[in-house]
Amino acid sequence: MIKDQEYLKSKALYCLDLAKKLGATDASVTVGNSISETVNFRNKALDESNRSDSLAISIQTFVGKKKSSISSSNLLDENLKTLTEKCIETTKITPEDKYNSLPDQDLLAKEIKELDLYDETHLDNDKKIDYLRELEDTASKDEKIINTESSFSENRGNFILANSDGFCNGYKSSSFTASCVTVAKDENSMERDYEFTSRCHLNDIIKPKNLGNIAAEQTIKKLSPKKIGSDKISLIFDKRIAKGLLSSFASAISSSAIARGTSFLKDKIDQQIFSDTINIFDKPDLVKGLGSQYFDSEGVKSETLKLVEKGFLREYLVDTYNGRKLELKSNGRSGGSTNLYLENGKMSFDELFKINSKNLYITETIGHGTNLVTGDYSVGATGFLIENGEFKHPVNEITIAGNFNDMFKNITLANDLEFKYSVNSPTIMIEGMTVAGK
Amino acid sequence: MSNFLNKSDLNRKDVDDIVSDTLKNCDDGELYLEDTKSESILLDDNKIKSSNYSSDLGFGFRAISNEVVAYSHSNEISKESLRNSSQNLKSTLKSSKGTYNHEIPKTNNKFYEDINPIEQKSLDSKLEVLNKVNDYLRKKDSSVKQVTASFSGEQKSIEIIRSGGEALTDVRPLIRFNVSVMLEKNGRKETGVYGIGGRQSYDEYLKNDNWKNVCEEALRIASVNLDSKPAPAGEMKVVLGPGWPAILIHEAIGHGLEGDFNRKKTSAFHNLMGQKVASEGVTIVDDGTIGKRRGSLTIDDEGTPTEKTVLIENGILKNFMQDRLNARLMNTKSTGSGRRENYKHIVLPRMRNTMMMSGQHTQDEMIKSVNRGIFAVSFGGGQVDITSGKFVFNCTEAYEINNGKIGSPIKGATLIGDGPSILKEVSMVGNDMMMDPGIGTCGKAGQGVPVGVAQPSILIDKMTVGGTRL
Repeated sequence: MIKDQEYLKSKALYCLDLAKKLGATDASVTVGNSISETVNFRNKALDESNRSDSLAISIQTFVGKKKSSISSSNLLDENLKTLTEKCIETTKITPEDKYNSLPDQDLLAKEIKELDLYDETHLDNDKKIDYLRELEDTASKDEKIINTESSFSENRGNFILANSDGFCNGYKSSSFTASCVTVAKDENSMERDYEFTSRCHLNDIIKPKNLGNIAAEQTIKKLSPKKIGSDKISLIFDKRIAKGLLSSFASAISSSAIARGTSFLKDKIDQQIFSDTINIFDKPDLVKGLGSQYFDSEGVKSETLKLVEKGFLREYLVDTYNGRKLELKSNGRSGGSTNLYLENGKMSFDELFKINSKNLYITETIGHGTNLVTGDYSVGATGFLIENGEFKHPVNEITIAGNFNDMFKNITLANDLEFKYSVNSPTIMIEGMTVAGK
Repeated sequence: MSNFLNKSDLNRKDVDDIVSDTLKNCDDGELYLEDTKSESILLDDNKIKSSNYSSDLGFGFRAISNEVVAYSHSNEISKESLRNSSQNLKSTLKSSKGTYNHEIPKTNNKFYEDINPIEQKSLDSKLEVLNKVNDYLRKKDSSVKQVTASFSGEQKSIEIIRSGGEALTDVRPLIRFNVSVMLEKNGRKETGVYGIGGRQSYDEYLKNDNWKNVCEEALRIASVNLDSKPAPAGEMKVVLGPGWPAILIHEAIGHGLEGDFNRKKTSAFHNLMGQKVASEGVTIVDDGTIGKRRGSLTIDDEGTPTEKTVLIENGILKNFMQDRLNARLMNTKSTGSGRRENYKHIVLPRMRNTMMMSGQHTQDEMIKSVNRGIFAVSFGGGQVDITSGKFVFNCTEAYEINNGKIGSPIKGATLIGDGPSILKEVSMVGNDMMMDPGIGTCGKAGQGVPVGVAQPSILIDKMTVGGTRL
């Protein structure tokens, strides 16, 4: 059973009281419990079951403008006492930093709107197995599929955040996730692809047959890929890749990167950084949203932000510490973005492929070739060559490269946005990037 | 050594009884107990930004029947919690009819000392070094606009209790010191990063003001990049420098030779055992026994002593890396490669220190032989698609080669290649084998473990460079 609010609260308040008694001028404590149960299948048979029960506490103490923190998984009072003492001791010898403080009291979350982030339904492992069996039966129907691996996991968590300014709140959340990875083989190649679904509520996840079908189809399509020549051609990014570009954008506008001067988007507020059709939102109060939050990890209330308006950058993602440095108020983003999305464009997915006669449709990237200081981007990629709207052949062992400053200004959007992850984008086209191949 | 049962309501006999009872019809399994103390101290933007200490205690209980693994972990070490886990494992493996394999090799070797690096150096003296780094770099060069320096250290104590009460223990120190510097000149910004570390005390790595060398190296890389021009795009010859660039070997070959992917036949290497997968003269080993190295382990996380495993000998594929589960299912022995990030994770076959051995050539010869290509000296991370065999890694310091001469530095670019064929393109192996400075972390299935790599300079005849210049 997941620990209840009362238990978590008692641990948090115990540490807060103790910290104050030991000389902390301020303190904040987060206590959480998460339980997850996962079942893995491989080639239609049970492969692994995994149950995880984790407790965690983190204590942050302030002595004036000095700050230090400590974390542990051991919630026995005796251990908490030792740790709190150690934390205060360390705080006292840590140098001052004038920006250290708890959040402004008037920014702390007060009213809480119900977002339906917790589903108490428990699915027995046998039921999870039924789901995976149906999934893999579908996924392995085609004889080209030589291996299937799938997984179902049920996760629930509960936490309390308490600080010495009187904030004390927390909430439960849950997620149900299923995934399927398939391997296909023909005389020329072996390829892998996947599909997955994750939702706060069990009833909202994709049906097993659909999940298995999608994974298998996507994998088989990738067989017998060819390498293409180096060229500048129009790239169309599948939604699951486009969301990664959007995540890089979010990292580049985090107040810590801006305050440190290590972002290519520093000093770009109110400047045009995207093409003028682009609007980007971050919405923390999406009902059942995977990235939704009632308040951020410091207890600060958060509202929907229009980060980019008609191509112009309007806001950074601001927390308390970096906000003070930048002379900005926290906008409740100490944990980063919440439900981040690019607003739909006007064109359908098919129409996007008709703008140029030759397109490379990118469905997977590998590598960590994103440099947020310079905006340079270079990653390995696989996908499909599409000419005059027609599928030509799968492509692999190529790289795609460009610089975000140029890429962002050359985006054309499709209108197929769906809320599948916490960061979501419609399919996008970017012109002017370099493909390196043969 | 931690006494894990201290302060719990369990005694040793209770634990042995629960473990033996849970595993009685299983083929393998164990109770894994872990106590980790860790710290991280970060200087950033002219200030000590954070000092964190963490203590994490918990167990992972694993039962294996044929191919099926049941796992349960918790950070409450108590009778109730262990019994709940036991119940959970038994219910998953209710129809199990295995015979427990008691055999596990023993060792008297120790590849690092039982120290707690966190306690061996005072917080004050760590703060002092970090402040010195900041002052040194900012004074040294006026284009330095940002300095980040950090210490991270841990002591991980583990105990593995097997059915029948056999217990195996290990205490593992690990530290890392890292410096990152950002330069700005004429409107351009570039960063350089360098770090050192391994399984010894902080002071072993900081002898003779060695922190200065770390600063210099980070600064040098950043300065080189300030003058870099766009990288070329397309297939060309690539010379890799010695040491850390061996993450190419780690990504291109290493992952594909891990036992699990080969048992499942999802690795591009699964049907290549005994075949030629590399040029003659190419020998690659994975070695867990090098003293005090980041990737070394006295015993792995299943209790098996580590070893030096020959993966490729003179071009021929000889061995996969195995944990106990995959070794049993493939009728071979564990190579001491069973690892996990911590008690929250199951064991997987993983790399330790992956190394390509020295050959005959000089780096000079390699550069001279190249008409058009690049010389790659340092890398960021890499990644591989095990099934298709395609892998990438990112240059953080690289130069053009034109007509046998090193030319301008080029911007960071991704290099992409095909694992099973890339080593056949190696036409020269250098005589300058070097270990990396002790900074690698390998990710697999969401688990990060410390690893090492080593290689001499090598010449690869054909690889795709992912620049922007056609």
